[in-house]
Amino acid sequence: MTKDFEIDRTLGLLLGPGAPEVGCDACFEQLDGYVELELAGADADAAFPGFRAHLVGCPACREEHDSLFALISSERR
Amino acid sequence: MTVMHTASVEVMEPVPVIEPPVAAPAPADVESAEWLRALRADDGSRDAAIARLHALLLRAARFEIARRRASLPHLRGNELDDIATEAADDALMSVLRRLDDFRGASRFTTWAYKFALLEAAVKLRKRAWQGREIPLEPDRWAIQPSRALGPAAASEQTEVMGAVSEAIAAALTPHQRTVLVAVALNGVPIDVLAERLNSNRGALYKTLHDARRKLREHLRERGFALDNYLEEE
Repeated sequence: MTKDFEIDRTLGLLLGPGAPEVGCDACFEQLDGYVELELAGADADAAFPGFRAHLVGCPACREEHDSLFALISSERR
Repeated sequence: MTVMHTASVEVMEPVPVIEPPVAAPAPADVESAEWLRALRADDGSRDAAIARLHALLLRAARFEIARRRASLPHLRGNELDDIATEAADDALMSVLRRLDDFRGASRFTTWAYKFALLEAAVKLRKRAWQGREIPLEPDRWAIQPSRALGPAAASEQTEVMGAVSEAIAAALTPHQRTVLVAVALNGVPIDVLAERLNSNRGALYKTLHDARRKLREHLRERGFALDNYLEEE
């Protein structure tokens, strides 16, 4: 059966992550610590429960995470 | 993609929004401790530290603008420079105001960078949506199944999308419908929507979260297994 990724994406955005998640404010508070653990190869998801689920559900927070990750990565190359 | 109609309906438990505990301060690394000392100093070294911090924040703001440059073709270089400077200025105020909130979970510079990235991102999203209409009326939305699929898949999509449409209409409050449709269907950035609705990002995300939970419950009660659609990494 053909899989339509665009429709899956739309449904995903409508239905959300379906897992416990932090809110936007907590996400911002935890963002720097999470990114540094990721870059260190540590288990960031265990240290910050609900953070990854929020990135899945919130496009804006996801963008800001990706930007900080990219910026710090570029500095440490 | 598989749609399963289960005989026994499993209603999903409400998904709580996690309230994280306030972390105890961790010992700052040497470089971070020096930043904190200098920014709290009551002599001339504070001004120099503030100038260095502003330069760092400006660098982060420019980094964010460069990442989004392709999506902002109508903005000229001097406008982007102004946005970067404004973002760095605003971020500097936030960082200085919140120095006591630094918990040592990261290097000080990583912590400070996020303020500049946030300020730049919010300003760029608002510029990108400046003058664009945001359909806020709950009735102005529609979900169309893909035309590219074969009859069987299209039929399945029509069924799922029809159920989602019905759930949006039946299970949500008008405000939840407005927020869900704007963010999830129309791609309106949540901070842009917050500004238009005189709200804030945290409050709107809570509304979005509650709307999604209602949708999932509504669909599960009608026999739809949603595991294939819930967003995952």
